[in-house]
Amino acid sequence: MIADFFKISFNNLKRRKLRSWLTMLGIFIGIAAVVSLISLGQGLQTAVTGQFSSLSTDKLTIQNSGTGFGPPGSTVVNKLNEHDVKVIESVSGVELVIPRLIRNGQIEYNKNAQYKYIGSLPEDKKLADIVYESGGLEAEKGRLLLPGDSGKVVLGNSVITKDIFGKEVEVGKVILIQGKSFQVVGILKKASSFQLNEVVIMLDSDMRNLLNIQKGETDLIIAQVKNSNDIEKVANDIEKAMRKDRGEKVGEEDFSVETPLEAISSVNTILTSINVVVIGIAMISLIVGGIGIANTMYTSVLERKKEIGTMKAIGARNSDILWIFLIESGLLGLAGGFIGVFLGVGISLGVAGVANNAFGSSIIQLNISLGLLFFASGFSFLIGLISGAVPSYQASKLKPVDALRG
Amino acid sequence: MKKIVKKSIKIKKREQEKIIELRDVFRFYHLGDEFVKALDGVNVTINKGDFVAIVGPSGSGKSTMMNMVGALDIASKGAIYLDNVNIEELEESELAQIRGRKIGFVFQTFNLIPTMTALENVMLPMIFQGVEYDEREERAKMLLEKMGMGQRLNHLPNQLSGGERQRVAVARALANDPEVILADEPTGNLDSKRGEEVAAMFNDLSAEGKTIILVTHDQNIANHAKKIYKLKDGKIVGYTVRK
Repeated sequence: MIADFFKISFNNLKRRKLRSWLTMLGIFIGIAAVVSLISLGQGLQTAVTGQFSSLSTDKLTIQNSGTGFGPPGSTVVNKLNEHDVKVIESVSGVELVIPRLIRNGQIEYNKNAQYKYIGSLPEDKKLADIVYESGGLEAEKGRLLLPGDSGKVVLGNSVITKDIFGKEVEVGKVILIQGKSFQVVGILKKASSFQLNEVVIMLDSDMRNLLNIQKGETDLIIAQVKNSNDIEKVANDIEKAMRKDRGEKVGEEDFSVETPLEAISSVNTILTSINVVVIGIAMISLIVGGIGIANTMYTSVLERKKEIGTMKAIGARNSDILWIFLIESGLLGLAGGFIGVFLGVGISLGVAGVANNAFGSSIIQLNISLGLLFFASGFSFLIGLISGAVPSYQASKLKPVDALRG
Repeated sequence: MKKIVKKSIKIKKREQEKIIELRDVFRFYHLGDEFVKALDGVNVTINKGDFVAIVGPSGSGKSTMMNMVGALDIASKGAIYLDNVNIEELEESELAQIRGRKIGFVFQTFNLIPTMTALENVMLPMIFQGVEYDEREERAKMLLEKMGMGQRLNHLPNQLSGGERQRVAVARALANDPEVILADEPTGNLDSKRGEEVAAMFNDLSAEGKTIILVTHDQNIANHAKKIYKLKDGKIVGYTVRK
């Protein structure tokens, strides 16, 4: 019987095509907004957390604080150095310590110059492997840089692009870094973090010579802990040890120990609050869409009073009438939801495409979950049902005599 | 007058089964400040197999009476029995079910559902009785063919002429094989030729043993009936039995 009611309701909607479309418009704008904003939001979240993915869960990063997004160490007097490396190594729970350099440098190729990040690679094979592994770095062309590869570099995926240098940098070519020649031995695969895609990797010794960095000076210390469960404790211990070593008070440190979780969670908090606001706005449009359905259903009940009366005369129970109208409003919501879902996916694909084009890398990796699509369709069905509830109830309660009078 | 009616009921009671009975039925309305007595103490008994016409000028209470007879409305005072059950004692859903099963309605304005084809319209009453699809379709086709609408099964109401629509409506009224066909001005929107055709259809149905109740102001149509009640100002003012 319910299947028959579906058919009856569907026919009714078909008969009032224009009105059905206009009514659904409200819902599908709302659903499209929800789907695209959530998908883009999740994509953005993936993109931003991807920036931190080089900091695997068993690695701590020690930097000079107050350096912001610029190259670490550029604004602070009491720079990290070899001594700090030793202090950190002595903290229990620390397995390995990797001092690294990250600076800006001018890259020149095909008579075009551009500033890029330059990152150092430890001269020790084991440490070098950890750096590669933690950043998920693999060679797309050529090979990775190895200890002993003096005068050679590996380039991030976005460094090589044509629109920067006029022609693509290929493996085996020579580029100028700060005026000195380096041979490109490999191009990295696209990484999750755009900084990694913009980096030029060279040996630690090459980098010190090139940029005139004193031995022992370091921008960034990566400490790998023995047991990733202890990471918070080890971070605290390192902080204590360094504070003691430097004679600094709590809160006056000129360094920071960052756990990967901290970084990710602070970013997530911001993104979540943005998402909440944005979804709130989308919800408002869904409510408006729901009111649209309620309005249409009210009109429909008034228009079809006589039909309702006829159906009651020929044996329809109140519950039958209720079902027919409820299904009709539910279908309005559901159909609007379906269209909205498709529209939303389209919009997010479009926006992600434009953003990725503008940044020259796939910074926003869309995360369109099937669950979200099902939820959105189901939710719009629910909106339809709720909006149609009162008009349907009124239709079902009409007295046959009154209804037949029209 | 009342006495005569009652006497006739008593005589019939022994030999015939009652299907619809109105006992001392009143129906009042408030129309603004005005108090309207649409029905003013009506006693009518309709037996199975009767062919009854209820006639009267407009405003005589015909429509109200038809609503009462069709169990579409409840009396302000008095009682209405459908198959010996006081309809006031029935739940809404029970009443709807019984109405759908026992009474077939034919309306002046046909009241076909505009979104449904002729076939679907005839199938509709059977949906509410929970009849399976195949059975519904078969029966609806049979009824439409019987009404001479076999070629118009998949036409929508607005693709049919008035006479054709009323044939579909009669087929729909017969869908659940009801004991009573209740027709409210069934020829009111038809020309006299089509009207006569429809009236002839009722004759045939009566001959098949259906109980027919015609509500009309058209004496010519009423004359097809065996018993004619005359209604005026909410009261029965005449009762004729045609041989």
